Amino acid sequence: MADLNKLTIADARDAMRKGDLTSAELTEACLTEIEGAGALGAFVHNTPDLARAQAKAADERIKAGDAPDMCGIPLGIKDLFCTKGVASQAGSRILEGFVPEYESTVSQNLLDNGTVMLGKLNMDEFAMGSSNETSVYGNAVNPWKIDDRKLTPGGSSGGSASAVAANLCLAATGTDTGGSIRQPAAFTGITGIKPTYGRCSRWGVVAFASSLDQAGPMTKSVRDAAIMLEAMCGHDPKDSTSADLPVPNFEAMLTGDIKGKKIGIPKEYRMDGMPDEIEALWSTGADMLRDAGAEIVDISLPHTKYALPAYYVIAPAEASSNLARYDGVRYGHRAKLAAGDGITEMYEKTRAEGFGDEVQRRVMVGTYVLSAGFYDAYYNRARKVRALIKKDFDDVFAQGIDAILTPATPSAAFGLGEMENADPVKMYLNDVFTVTVNLAGLPGISVPAGLDAQGLPLGLQLIGRPWEEGDLLNIAHEVEARAGFVAKPQKWW
Amino acid sequence: MSIDIETARKVAHLARIKVEEDRLPELAENFNAILGFIEQLNEVDVSGVEPMTSVTPMRLKRREDVVTDGNMPEKILANAPDAREGFFAVPKVVE
Repeated sequence: MADLNKLTIADARDAMRKGDLTSAELTEACLTEIEGAGALGAFVHNTPDLARAQAKAADERIKAGDAPDMCGIPLGIKDLFCTKGVASQAGSRILEGFVPEYESTVSQNLLDNGTVMLGKLNMDEFAMGSSNETSVYGNAVNPWKIDDRKLTPGGSSGGSASAVAANLCLAATGTDTGGSIRQPAAFTGITGIKPTYGRCSRWGVVAFASSLDQAGPMTKSVRDAAIMLEAMCGHDPKDSTSADLPVPNFEAMLTGDIKGKKIGIPKEYRMDGMPDEIEALWSTGADMLRDAGAEIVDISLPHTKYALPAYYVIAPAEASSNLARYDGVRYGHRAKLAAGDGITEMYEKTRAEGFGDEVQRRVMVGTYVLSAGFYDAYYNRARKVRALIKKDFDDVFAQGIDAILTPATPSAAFGLGEMENADPVKMYLNDVFTVTVNLAGLPGISVPAGLDAQGLPLGLQLIGRPWEEGDLLNIAHEVEARAGFVAKPQKWW
Repeated sequence: MSIDIETARKVAHLARIKVEEDRLPELAENFNAILGFIEQLNEVDVSGVEPMTSVTPMRLKRREDVVTDGNMPEKILANAPDAREGFFAVPKVVE
């Protein structure tokens, strides 16, 4: 078999079951690709020895029979996941040298399923960013290229998106607090799903905004997303918000039958100044679903406009609290102190040296909105608006809507460095279509659906009812089948 | 609400992040851009709305109040920048 690294999870699984392929061969093909792809900046800590040992064990397990679907599949793991004995830095200088003594529940679930870890993937620092430019490791680069410029793979799961789109691994883990799986998936022409809040355990995943953070798979197809999501999910007593619900066989729910499904088109997502191409893609997506037998319904989500401002109160507030743990005492970086410096100077210097500009900014905004005198005006008001945003969704689901179709991003991938001097708020607008989903705790998926005039991928987002990832994946699978997106980036790296 | 340099200095200290004097004006400007964006929330009628505490309507799990983990000081201290005799070491706290 040629180009093993280009296989999907489903095809690799089937080939390994038939004995046509071993995990060792597959893993070796990926390791070779990774070695030649330094220019993408996707992998930041490589674990080839570990990968080879895991592949060997997976091959024995497959030979013994009855191995799980994910057994032997080589993956990249976002740097936000704590991995035992392997550097886990969340893309930050403040966690330089941190080697966890434990494994995150999600990555442990994957290991229990027999997956192979090729290494850790680049990301925006503490998952705060939409372009992977806030990473201490430097930029991850989009494998898609249309001129001399290097494009962003999106963020914060930029390394994951770049690695999957460039076939350096079969799939990768991502995390999504405001769009960090779906936006990079859209920018790189891959599939990414953020499940319902509580589906994936947050234990051992470096916390950004705990009420919004969810892990999910980033894959080459909707089927792969279904297979991998099932392996990542499950109740975990170590995360008090983890849902104690059975995890369905998501792949078995890809029936191809979506007749009679009601798909909502929210009018508030038609933003001023939205590029025509995005608008056109969106209506093409609606046509595809209609052709597949779904009913397209115009809906209203009246508080959509307030989602981003609410998010930029709630997420920094939670971040300022979560990131208080980086104090230079228990792990990671501690600043060199001058004579006479006390513990306050140690905290202040350590955090100034360890956190990048965007993280510092968000921690301070969060500190401000939580400070005495402003808590009600900002934080409590934002939480009330969040309740209204969730109610908007509850209302349309109560009307019988099964899923909601929107664009995934307001544009295709932009050039690295192009937003450098822009107001921080401009970067935040990348998440305008995705952030509502985190605020409401819903599952959302980005599916590649077309190319823009320049030849860059664009994605459509589907938003589902809580805990209905199976139904959502089935609808997404129809969009995927009908869009027939097969374009791949030309190798330049 | 406009943030002045004095407020920016105070917030930086509350967040325990050292910001050099010459960077405070830029920081205040950034805060003002972000807070200006957040001000939109004042347009929303939130009367009678409870602030959201949990996005999924579920009761958090309870468990017996017993020790479930522990006895691993070496592992806990393994990543400390400075650990001595089984403890985290920090600069002198009390004069």
